Amino acid sequence: MAEEVKSPAPPPPPEGEKKPAAEKPAPAASAAPAKPAAPAKPAAPAKPAGPVPVPWTSPLVEKYRSQYGSGLEAQTYLGQNYFTVDRSLIPDILRLLRDEEQFDYCVDITAAHYPKREKQFDVVWILYSFPRNERVRVKTQIADGASIPSSVSIWPTANWLEREVYDMFGIQFDGHPDLKRILLPDGWKGYPLRKDYGILQQDKEWVQINLGIESGQ
Amino acid sequence: MNDVSNRALSNLDLETPDKTYLDSNELVINMGPQHPATHGVLRVILKLDGEKVLGTECVIGYLHRGVEKIAENRTYTMFNPYVDRMDYVAAVSNGLGYCEAVEKLMNVEAPPRAKYIRVILTELNRIASHQLWLGTHALDIGAMTPLFYTFRDREEILKIFERYCGARLTTHAFRIGGCQYETYAGFEKDVKNFLAFFPPKIDEYEALLTTNRIWLERTKNVGVISGADCIALGVTGPVLRASGVQWDLRKAQPYAAYSEFDFEIPIGTNGDTYDRYLVRMAEMRQSLRIIEQAVNGIPEGPIMGKVPKVIKPPVGEIYHSIEAPKGELGYFIVSDGSTQPYRLRVRPPSFVNLQALDIMVRGLLVADVVAVIGTLDIVLGEVDR
Repeated sequence: MAEEVKSPAPPPPPEGEKKPAAEKPAPAASAAPAKPAAPAKPAAPAKPAGPVPVPWTSPLVEKYRSQYGSGLEAQTYLGQNYFTVDRSLIPDILRLLRDEEQFDYCVDITAAHYPKREKQFDVVWILYSFPRNERVRVKTQIADGASIPSSVSIWPTANWLEREVYDMFGIQFDGHPDLKRILLPDGWKGYPLRKDYGILQQDKEWVQINLGIESGQ
Repeated sequence: MNDVSNRALSNLDLETPDKTYLDSNELVINMGPQHPATHGVLRVILKLDGEKVLGTECVIGYLHRGVEKIAENRTYTMFNPYVDRMDYVAAVSNGLGYCEAVEKLMNVEAPPRAKYIRVILTELNRIASHQLWLGTHALDIGAMTPLFYTFRDREEILKIFERYCGARLTTHAFRIGGCQYETYAGFEKDVKNFLAFFPPKIDEYEALLTTNRIWLERTKNVGVISGADCIALGVTGPVLRASGVQWDLRKAQPYAAYSEFDFEIPIGTNGDTYDRYLVRMAEMRQSLRIIEQAVNGIPEGPIMGKVPKVIKPPVGEIYHSIEAPKGELGYFIVSDGSTQPYRLRVRPPSFVNLQALDIMVRGLLVADVVAVIGTLDIVLGEVDR
């Protein structure tokens, strides 16, 4: 396979992989002296000891930054690299990552809901490159009701993954060949993984109509 | 129509029944959801021309329990047993992935002894999962004997689980930060006994199937998928390896204590059902190698790392994945600094692998669909979550 032929000479070693080695001792060391103080002030001293995202620097990031400027942020947290990207750049970035940077495997597409934010949703692509043995996450924020370009044409695996995001969050993917619910029945009301979706009364109407019982609880 | 509509009607191409039944030879039929060969409640809509499959559509979700929503309403510790209920034939792997993901998010590590215990149990579970796959897969194709053999031998693994943690299937064996239980007296002896007991049993399975003419006819060149297609479709695990891609997360991005062990990644060449069978058989032998090294080198020491009683990871996000028996099992966790995950996403290998069913069965016969569902080794509890 082409993947194996390439792998013996891995291109730039994953910067993120090196960082944790250098970073890890630091939190561990600072956590140790914090321990004796813990009984006196529980929780409070432990918080600042936590790791924080640091800027991620690599040739890849430099290249993209010069190309896209402020629309793109690159960070490393606990040794994992991620881009925070403006929504308008998403189709470009995803395609470039696959075509030019060999991120040939789309591991997962998912989302998270932050109802208090103006742009309520985080959409996350988790990518992996077989030749580079490296992972990267791409993250963007979109508002409720806004749509996002589908990446089925880039990675066919995105088909079901995007359907699940649609099913659970109600996020529309433009250009998806068959965007419909996947895990829930077609007539389901609401999007369960939104934070404002209550878990106790959700299926009353559905069970009343379909099962003829008062409540599914 | 937008209201509560039956999924069946919306999915089928039946608006013009005349055309379906008379003008052409196309026929749309349902397989499942209640069907013994779908390994759970999977419904596959088949479009047929005679016995030839023109296309399929999977209807899933019958076992959906909202695991990800449950996670948001439970503490990290409380959610731990729930992960066992996804891929319930490989509960130990699920637990390992979850515990390691939360540990990574908290920036702690399990002590070496705990890691070794984890490796031993996880690899035993991989064997148990492959045994269940082999028994049911062979049964689907018409070979009944292997089922009894594999279930008989799987019992030995389940007994070790039972003695270790009290449960056989949904084990909840690990805790965030390490293991809850020290190994019981005689654990190492039991594992070593199994190491001696099991290799002849694999030979026995292979004697039944590997050169069996019916088995060859039913599996060779059936459900062929190329390595490039696997990658494009996100297919991982033994299916990917049988298509010639030598990739295993235990080697590519080692977790737990896997970097300390010597083992090989078996691969296939043709990417057909027979190769996937050979790969999984070889994987069982490799698992035995790992277990042997782990049980002989198991270090002394604590089994719980330094984690607080209340699990409260700092604000942040993490993705961690492991090589589960079915492929890449990942957990994406977003923490808001509280005791409950803000968002927990499970990347299930079965769900993603099932997507490849359609291209694998096109042009084959109906009976081969059963073989391909079996060879994908899906567990509907994990597909639907």
